[in-house]
Amino acid sequence: MIINHPLLGPRDSQEFTYLGDAGLIERPDWQAEDAADAFYEYLYLRDNPAGLHKELWYHEQGDRSWLVVTRNISSHEIISVELARDVARQKGRSK
Amino acid sequence: MSQINRIGGGRIDRSQVLNFSFDGKSYQGHPGDTLASALLANGVRLMGRGFKYHRPRGPLTAGSEEPNALVELRTGARQEPNTRATTAELFEGLQARSQNRWPSLAFDAMAVNDRLSRFFAAGFYYKTFMWPKAFWEKLYEPIIRRAAGLGSLTAQADPDEYDKGFLHTDLLVIGAGPSGLAAALTAGRAGAKVILADEDFVAGGRLNSETYAFGDGSGTDWAALAVAELAQMPNVRLMTRTTVIGAFDHGIYSALERVSDHLALPLPGKPRQILWRIYTKRSLLCAGALERPIAFENNDRPGIMLAGSLRSYVNRWAALPGKTVAVFTNNDNGLRTATDLISKGVNVAAVIDCRADTPDISGTETLRGAQVIDTSGRLGLASVTVQLADGNKRTIACDALGVSGGWNPNVHLTCHQRGRPRWDETLSAFVPDTCPPGMTVAGAANGQLSTAAALAAGTSGAVAALADIGVKAAPVDLPRTEDAAASVKAFWYVQHGKGRAWLDQQNDVTVKDVKLAHLEGYRSVEHLKRYTTLGMATDQGKTANMGGLAIMAELTGKSIPETGTTIYRPPYTPVPIAAFAGRSTGKGFRPTRLTPSHKWATEQGAVFVEVGMWLRAQWFPKPGETHWRQSVDREVLATRKSVGICDVTTLGKIDVQGTDAAEFLNRIYANPFGKLAVGKVRYGLMLREDGMVMDDGTTARLAEDHFITTTTTANAVGVFRHMEFCRQCLWPDLDVQIISTTEAWAQFSVAGPNARKLLEKIVDKDHDISNEAFPYMGCGEITVCGGLRARLFRISFSGELAYEIAVPTRYGDGLIRAMVEAGREFDAVVYGTEALGVMRIEKGHAAGNELNGTTSALNLGMGAMVSKKKDSIGSTLCQRDGMNRQDTLVLMGFRPVDPAQSFSAGSHFINKDAVANASNDQGYMTSVAYSPNLGHTIGLGLLRNGGARKGEIIKAVNPLKGIETDVEVVSAHFVDPEGERLRA
Repeated sequence: MIINHPLLGPRDSQEFTYLGDAGLIERPDWQAEDAADAFYEYLYLRDNPAGLHKELWYHEQGDRSWLVVTRNISSHEIISVELARDVARQKGRSK
Repeated sequence: MSQINRIGGGRIDRSQVLNFSFDGKSYQGHPGDTLASALLANGVRLMGRGFKYHRPRGPLTAGSEEPNALVELRTGARQEPNTRATTAELFEGLQARSQNRWPSLAFDAMAVNDRLSRFFAAGFYYKTFMWPKAFWEKLYEPIIRRAAGLGSLTAQADPDEYDKGFLHTDLLVIGAGPSGLAAALTAGRAGAKVILADEDFVAGGRLNSETYAFGDGSGTDWAALAVAELAQMPNVRLMTRTTVIGAFDHGIYSALERVSDHLALPLPGKPRQILWRIYTKRSLLCAGALERPIAFENNDRPGIMLAGSLRSYVNRWAALPGKTVAVFTNNDNGLRTATDLISKGVNVAAVIDCRADTPDISGTETLRGAQVIDTSGRLGLASVTVQLADGNKRTIACDALGVSGGWNPNVHLTCHQRGRPRWDETLSAFVPDTCPPGMTVAGAANGQLSTAAALAAGTSGAVAALADIGVKAAPVDLPRTEDAAASVKAFWYVQHGKGRAWLDQQNDVTVKDVKLAHLEGYRSVEHLKRYTTLGMATDQGKTANMGGLAIMAELTGKSIPETGTTIYRPPYTPVPIAAFAGRSTGKGFRPTRLTPSHKWATEQGAVFVEVGMWLRAQWFPKPGETHWRQSVDREVLATRKSVGICDVTTLGKIDVQGTDAAEFLNRIYANPFGKLAVGKVRYGLMLREDGMVMDDGTTARLAEDHFITTTTTANAVGVFRHMEFCRQCLWPDLDVQIISTTEAWAQFSVAGPNARKLLEKIVDKDHDISNEAFPYMGCGEITVCGGLRARLFRISFSGELAYEIAVPTRYGDGLIRAMVEAGREFDAVVYGTEALGVMRIEKGHAAGNELNGTTSALNLGMGAMVSKKKDSIGSTLCQRDGMNRQDTLVLMGFRPVDPAQSFSAGSHFINKDAVANASNDQGYMTSVAYSPNLGHTIGLGLLRNGGARKGEIIKAVNPLKGIETDVEVVSAHFVDPEGERLRA
């Protein structure tokens, strides 16, 4: 596969390390009432869609960017590639 | 006589003679020959034995789709089994042998299987070898293993090199037949970057095998001219001997180039083969079509081959497969074989055409509406029996028979991303439907079976593909040539008779086997394939699958498109594992990382151990030491007595900087870091989000916004990746930057009561490292040896007064030599990883054996370190009830009740009076060493409710070795439990 890195352009997927569901960005609030349940769901429960999937890729053999790749996991078509940092900020994560 | 069946013409170089041998007998051929064509030219048509029944077999085809003529090439380490004689290029001195026969190809004792064929029908493995059950392992399986498989391996290492290459292009044209050449010319002249790949060693495809007019000359001449023009274009790369084996995602294609297969030895510096990864914007599949056979009784004798292949042997290679030839066809294309042979003066006994309206061919007899119903000839074809239209039978003497059941467009690569081909009723064949993105198909592969149509489709296909990527190209002028409409009557197998009609000659699958499979309930073609083995092995049924599924369609009363094909998967043709490995073998697969003191350690005669990719000194034997324990005990004792030095460079080092660096560390470590003072070091316990221990290390604060963190050797890469994840994905606005500096700094541990005294001779005088100025867990940037910048950390893994000193890597060798010299007056030793391990076990420090991915902070006795006042990775989930049970495993120390006894790591704990079984398991021993300080074996282990069991006597059980040792549960800190030495 070719991943179109937002900073570096198209790169072969073998330069990357795959982590999994981009939901891992949304780490729960440790002080919430339901923190124990929220962390359990965050860590263990995943959707397994036959179609579009947002996933985390790490450019380990490159610039070390973590990317969110939106990929159709049935066809391997890649719809978009974003810096995970930007996605995290869009989701309200900051410090 | 040499080359008795060689005739005039052909694309071989008669000016050179190549000597080769087959089964020990010498023959001659010419450059341009394949092994198969050269053997046929020498009158040899028996080239192998069938897989199951050991029936005599010759080549069915003249290409990579060959099911029969599999031979063993070369000798010694280069011996290569299951190579297709039809694609193996002849070279001087080639040694080839037939396979799957004993004692000889002409007389094969295993041919008795043929007489026992009723036992070997579809699924015979499953049926025959079921009972009694106990016979399977001892009797059946060994026999089957001996009988199965064709060639043999020498088990010697392959002496050749294999390479990988990467290419980028605008248009990849797959196949250099008429449509591929037309496409490449079109794209090349337009200035696009083009790769033209063909599996053959000569470009031209069928043009080299046909005789019809091509403009003012021959197809071969036109192909040669096209190749000459393409060779002049700097933007075109023509790759012959290169098979595109797979179409992968996003325009990535894999291709195998056989760089040196046609040579006795690779040229100096050249690889045997190259596996290319081709990145292309568009691809045009011009893979042509593959002829398919018709099944009839005894259709597998040497001399029976596909009509087009027979024509190839005659036209391209000037090799006659027989003196008297017959043709059996259901289509006009098959007739060409007859006309070509007649024009060369070959005796064509008859054309047997199952159609009723075949035109007359002058020079032979045409038998319309006729079928070949049987053949005879022991080691090769002698005659065919024909059932005429009127029902009468006739025997026709012939030693070669060309069979054509029509042509299948070569759709293979169009289906590599789960596309399914579409049935074309006119052609009675599957044609491409949905292709991988970016791929289009032209020519015979697309069902455009006439040469003129293929040429036109090639040029228009290239124009369209380039237009897609914004390159304007003009169609090229093409010569006038053959443009016959395909005329074929679907005809798969001859119904007559009770004998065996072969569908898949490689796996010995007959029409009857397919019928039997259907009778037994196998209806899907995928099940059919697996039950009968139809379409498996090196040819993947390229000539067989269509017949099998046509029969299955007939039996199930479905149409062929309803029945469908099996799934086509890469690779298109077999690829040696060596090519996939490329240079990733040996050290190329797993390079060695050397520590900065490696050269010095080698000079000392150190024994090394692999730790991941690192090579670390394990111990340093001294003269007279004959057992490793002598060296290790000496190193441990000398360190604890005076001072020892150890290279610890392999530990991961991560430089953490930024105004939020302290906060960042506070979140990735379970224990707090916010209040760590500048100039201080702290142990850090890193959890995974699930609450298990991930890693540990020390973190030194060099400045308000500058930390140095260490990781274990094994986890250096993973921890760094994790920290990047936390930094970018979880807390994107924290001001923190990290970089790995593992290889930038050489780091040595200096441990023992005289460690400071030694270092005072190394550290420049303006840096005070006295206990007061540089206490335990202190750190600082210093200079050594007269101005060399260095870092000093007062940390201890051994439990002694100890430091770790770091200098830029290139000074590591100098520093170890300087420290050894400075240590001479203290009898300093340099110790290896064994002594390091002994001392850390004596001190009760957890290491890789304990940080094994299944242990929590509580297990390791560090539960109290996990701060509940802050958020850190793992801090929430480590509070789960299951991880905090009263009787959880706790890291403890263990010593033998009888000091003379020992035990081993991995032993399980069992209560004194309990039976040693899994239900009584109380935990396990993780680390064991002989402590020269205590004079007996010591161990660390995880014991259920261990904290409350100090003083208890339990058993350490090793059922594998049958050893049980009584051990006492003690503190994990065997040496200096109060830590006085550390602070000295």
